[in-house]
Amino acid sequence: MFVELGHFLLILALALSLYQAIVPLAGVFFNDSRSVATARPVAGLIFILVALSFCVLIHAYIISDFSVLNVVLNSHSEQPLLFKISGVWGNHEGSMLLWVLILTFFSAIFAFFSKNLPRNLGALVLVCQSFIAVAFLAFILFTSNPFQRLEPPGLQGRDLNPILQDIGLSLHPPMLYLGYVGFSICFSFAVATLLDGCVDACFGRLVRLWAVISWIFLTGGITMGSYWAYYELGWGGYWFWDPVENASLMPWLSGVALLHSAIVLEKRSSLKIWTVLLAIITFSLSLLGTFLVRSGILISVHNFAVDSMRGIVILCILAFFIGGALLLFAFRAPMIRNSGLFHPISREGAIIFNNMFLMTTVATVLIGTLYPLLLEVLTGTKISVGAPFFNWTFCPLMLPLLLIVPFGPLLTWKRGDIAIAAERLLLSFAVALAVLAFVLYITEGQMVLAAAGFGLAFWVIVGALTDIFIRTGIPGTCWTLRWKRFRQLPGAFWGTAFAHVGLGITLFGMIAVTTFGEEYTINIKKGDSIAIAGRKINFDGYEVYNGPNYDEHRLHFTLTEENHQIGHVMTSRRFFPSQSVQTTETGLLWDGLSQYYIVPGDYIDNNGMIIHIWWKPQVLCIWLGGFFMMAGGVFSLTDKRFRIGVLKRKRQRVYNRSLK
Amino acid sequence: MCIISSLSANCRRNHKWKRHLSGIEHHKAVNLYHIQQQKTRFWIIISGILLLLSTAGLVIFSLRGTMDFFRTPSEITEDDMRWKTRIRLGGYVKEGMIKRAGTGVRFHIADLQNCIEVYFNGVLPDLFREGQGVIAEGFFDENGVFMAVRVLAKHDEKYAPKVFQ
Repeated sequence: MFVELGHFLLILALALSLYQAIVPLAGVFFNDSRSVATARPVAGLIFILVALSFCVLIHAYIISDFSVLNVVLNSHSEQPLLFKISGVWGNHEGSMLLWVLILTFFSAIFAFFSKNLPRNLGALVLVCQSFIAVAFLAFILFTSNPFQRLEPPGLQGRDLNPILQDIGLSLHPPMLYLGYVGFSICFSFAVATLLDGCVDACFGRLVRLWAVISWIFLTGGITMGSYWAYYELGWGGYWFWDPVENASLMPWLSGVALLHSAIVLEKRSSLKIWTVLLAIITFSLSLLGTFLVRSGILISVHNFAVDSMRGIVILCILAFFIGGALLLFAFRAPMIRNSGLFHPISREGAIIFNNMFLMTTVATVLIGTLYPLLLEVLTGTKISVGAPFFNWTFCPLMLPLLLIVPFGPLLTWKRGDIAIAAERLLLSFAVALAVLAFVLYITEGQMVLAAAGFGLAFWVIVGALTDIFIRTGIPGTCWTLRWKRFRQLPGAFWGTAFAHVGLGITLFGMIAVTTFGEEYTINIKKGDSIAIAGRKINFDGYEVYNGPNYDEHRLHFTLTEENHQIGHVMTSRRFFPSQSVQTTETGLLWDGLSQYYIVPGDYIDNNGMIIHIWWKPQVLCIWLGGFFMMAGGVFSLTDKRFRIGVLKRKRQRVYNRSLK
Repeated sequence: MCIISSLSANCRRNHKWKRHLSGIEHHKAVNLYHIQQQKTRFWIIISGILLLLSTAGLVIFSLRGTMDFFRTPSEITEDDMRWKTRIRLGGYVKEGMIKRAGTGVRFHIADLQNCIEVYFNGVLPDLFREGQGVIAEGFFDENGVFMAVRVLAKHDEKYAPKVFQ
């Protein structure tokens, strides 16, 4: 009964979305303010309906209602509660429902805060959001209904894929979707603005606000997903250039470009057309990601079902939205006029440089991801475009960008002076050179590229910190005055500083792991030990343990340094009888920001066992940098100009002034 | 000192722009505006084209290094064995032929006609077992044994055991 109710609520949400896609639009065109005004409350209502429907599905999972096909396929009565709940989005149908839930959530939030916007513009944004909601709700209801009943009901579920039975599943997909779908507001805003025909600083500010919000979540989602893959898959890597990872990287890079170009639009009224285009492209890449993952054309961990019908439907949705938006752009963009003027060497110029490199990188990642698919469709040859391709194209494109990162914030708007900026960066240049020399010294001149990489990482970090000194005074300023100014620096400034420092930290982590990491595969017996990174790891033996829905072999290790025991770590292989599948639980031993990473093999004889063991120096910096970037995003949101009401009060002031 | 002097130069420049403009001067300023705009646009377009061209070169260069997705034992030629090129070998793990010694493991990858001996030193993936479809990445040594550097177990998308399908 409950389940039918959920299904019904979803149909109701579809009907209301259809209403919202048509009536306010007609209202805008026929100048009927009453139907335009319905857009905002209806957005809230749609969200409530979808949320209730989602709760019904969660309820079905919690009580293990095996008369629902989706629950039978993806749950098990003995599963822990957390995995029962996160299992809701661990499959195709549920994850699409989550996608729509987040879409309607953002529409509702936007509707709630859009009181200050011109009414038509706000309504048009919501209309565009509803078009997307209609497409995806119809997709769920007609091709992948999560509420489908099973007759007769199953006795026991088939269990969630063991690899997904992890805390990572509870956090990674919702975060990632918040990021992906958040860009839909930027997209709808761009479409509404093109229809409305007025691109101003207000557009820049709001697009930037939403781009930053989505970007924070997307960064979090990618960071968590990367760490999850690192410890769950047992391959010791943090990024595999898997098509699904690329699908999340592309909107991320494009989002970075968008939130930079929106600054120019907001502050200087330049790059209007480009920002509108970027807003469209970013969400298009999110949709492309959804298509790649959900259509089943990729074989990967993230792929839940192969159904060509679904693929074709998503492809049609994709073509409709991307094609429609670009067509609208082609017709309306010539009407937009840029007003800001600037010299190529200026902050605008630096941001254009950033945008050009980021978008070229997006293009290469796109080629690397789609080329094998297209080749297979057109000629039937199967090829794999792997890490070498991406390393060869991604790194050369990132290099100039990273070199220029510290310059950006130091250049002035309109016309900058590269000599002044360079003079201010002398200190960071010196630090970078010192680091380079130090690394060359300790590796005895062997690792020139790695040394340059470390130098680059410090160049970015120190370069971002330099700005704090410059903003608080000139070299002679007394420290109390500096402290006072330091505390008054705006949120936007801290946003830049944190995000850029985070970039440097991530880079540092990546290079440290590749350069100084150690890796061994050995056959180890109880009592044996292995020397790694100047320490010893002893194998203490193994035991058998029975978990709630699995059995596991646990291996115990201790880390010792000169006969002092420093740490203890357990690693295991789990066998899931319900699916006759085994997974690896890696043993992670933390040492500051570094880790020992132990993976057991599947073969045991005479108490001996093959293990794979890594020393990962400073590996946690990779994800720490991600959190720094997120913090940067949060700081830039706290900037005064984003506070609710500031816009309105400012408008009121301008209005009053014009009356005088 | 240098910083301060150039800062004041900047101020002077700004000051010049801001002063009141008469009609003819205004006309000149609009002209200047367009010239500056065109100059900036020119530099952006030129650098954009250069960037795209060099990236295109980079992409084409890098795509040459891509590998076939995988080849089955029947598709392996004498040349593959002779020139130690890095290839991917795909097939299923032949039953009853897995031998372990130390950390290494020897097994046979087979398709319907042929079968090739593979040596791998390391930890096999979770899904590796007899009869399972696998892809081994590596090269042939002098004796025609395939030295795998990486072994991937293919899995179907649902990770479900065969019983349910």
